[in-house]
Amino acid sequence: MHWTVGGLSSALSGVVTQVSSKGAAGKPAAVKSPNPPAAKRPLIPAVLLKFVIAVSAVVLVGYLVVHMIGNLQIFFGRDAIDGYAVWLRTLLAPVLGNEGLVWAVRAALTISVVGHIWAATLLALRAKKARPVKYAAGNKVKGSYTTRTMRWGGVIVLLFVIYHILDLTTGTLNPNGEHLAVYDNVTADFTPERWYVTLFYVLALVSIFFHLRHGLWSATQTLGWSTNRREPILKAIATTFSGLLVVGFLIVPISATFGWI
Amino acid sequence: MKLNLRVWRQNDQVDKGRMVDYTVDDASEDMSFLELIDVLNEKLILAGQDPIAFDHDCREGICGSCSMVIDGQPHGPQKATTVCQLHMRQFNDGDTINVEPWRAGAFPVVKDLVVDRSAFDKIIQAGGYVSVNTGSAPEAHSTPVPKAAADRSFAAANCIGCGACVAACPNGSASLFLGAKLTHLGEMPQGQPERYERVVTMVDTHDAAGFGGCTNTGACATACPKEIPLDVISQLNKDYLAATVGGKRRKG
Repeated sequence: MHWTVGGLSSALSGVVTQVSSKGAAGKPAAVKSPNPPAAKRPLIPAVLLKFVIAVSAVVLVGYLVVHMIGNLQIFFGRDAIDGYAVWLRTLLAPVLGNEGLVWAVRAALTISVVGHIWAATLLALRAKKARPVKYAAGNKVKGSYTTRTMRWGGVIVLLFVIYHILDLTTGTLNPNGEHLAVYDNVTADFTPERWYVTLFYVLALVSIFFHLRHGLWSATQTLGWSTNRREPILKAIATTFSGLLVVGFLIVPISATFGWI
Repeated sequence: MKLNLRVWRQNDQVDKGRMVDYTVDDASEDMSFLELIDVLNEKLILAGQDPIAFDHDCREGICGSCSMVIDGQPHGPQKATTVCQLHMRQFNDGDTINVEPWRAGAFPVVKDLVVDRSAFDKIIQAGGYVSVNTGSAPEAHSTPVPKAAADRSFAAANCIGCGACVAACPNGSASLFLGAKLTHLGEMPQGQPERYERVVTMVDTHDAAGFGGCTNTGACATACPKEIPLDVISQLNKDYLAATVGGKRRKG
C-alpha cells in the first residue's frame, strides 16, 4: 500500500526543512511538525448538509403528495375544488385561526426550500473547490442523466415554483386571477390559445420527475437506509412514485387545455 | 500496434502543466499499460528527455499506487481493473489515449502523473484503526463474528486506497474510501469501541482535507477497481447520524 510511501516522503520533507533552516544563519529553526495541525475544516460537515437536503426533501415531497391529491378534485366540478380551497383555510381554524394551517404549511415549505437550496449550494461550491483542474478528456464516469441534472434541474424547478405561485396562488400572472375561484383560474390558465403555458407546466413537471427520481433514492442513502440488496428495490420505488406523482399533476393542466374538465 | 498518447506533463507543484503528445510505434497488445509507459520512458531517456513520472509498485493490482485517469476514466476503460492490470489489447491500433493524473484539490500533483495522496493517510490516522492489547494472538473462537458481517467487512476491506473514487466523483468526494474503511472496521466486534468516535473524526479529517461532499451519484462505485459497493456510503451516513444527531458518540 502507498501509506508507507506517503509516510516516507513526509519524513523526508521534515529533514529537508531542518537542513535549510540550519543554513539560515543563527535564526531559530522553524521545524515543521510531523503532524501539522489539521487544515481549517468547513463549519458544517458535508454529511450533515446532505442530511438537511434529505429531511427538507421529505417535507416537500409530503406536501407534493397532498397537493396532487387535492388538485384531482377539479374533476368533481367547480364546487368540489372551490370548496376544497375554502375548507383548507378553515381546517383547524379553532386552534390556528382562519387560514392558520395554510400559513403554517407555507412557513414550513419556505424553511424547507431555503434549507434545501442553501445546503445544495454549499455542496456545489465545495465540489467546485474540490476539483480545481478539470480533466482534459472530460470525466467519463458520469452517473445517470438524472444525477447529472440535479443542480440545474433544481434551478428549473425553482423558477417554475416562482412562476406557479405568481400564477395560481397570488393570481398575478393568471388571466382570471380571482382569489379562491380555483376552477375558473385553472380553466382560464390552460386554454388552447395559451398552449405555451401548458407546455411550460409539462416540461417543468418532467424535470420534477427527474429530480425526484434520483432525489428520493438519494435521500434513503443519505439517511442510511439503503443497502446493496435494497438499492434496486428503492430505485424502482423512487421511479414509480415520482412517475405516479407527476402524472397526477400533469393530467390537470392537460385536461384543462383539451377541455376535458 | 501504433498508439498516440496525450500525457499530462507537469514539472512540479508550481508548474501549470500541459498535455503533451507522444507516439509509440511498436506497442504489443500483451503489454500492460504501465509497460507501455515504461517503453515510452526508455525512448525518452535515450533521447535525453525527462521521463514521465508515475506511481507504481506491486504491478499485480493490489497496491493502489497506479493513479492514472485514462480517457477520462480512473484506471482506464476496463471494469474492476487497476492500470497495471490493464492491457493494451483493450485498445485499438491507432488509438489516441489521454492520460492524466487524479484531479482533486486534496491530491496535489507532485510531478506529471504522480499525486500526493497523503490526505488519505491523514484520514486513516484520524480513526482507521482499532485499539487492541499487544501480546500473543487471542483464540480466534473467543470473538464470534456473524458470517454476514464478516463478508461485508471483507468486501469493504478490499479497498486498496488508490483514490479512483475521488478521481471519478464529480464532487471530488472521498466518501467511498471513507465508507469502505468505516464499514470494514464497523462490522467487526473489534471495531465497536471506537465506532462512533471514528466516524466523526474521519469525516472531519476528510472535509478538512478539501474533499467535496457526496451527492450519491454512484460514479465512485463504478470506477472502483475493487468494486466496493455504494452502500458503504449509506453505512457512513447511518453511523455519522447515529454518532452526532443520535448522540451515540457521547454515550460511547
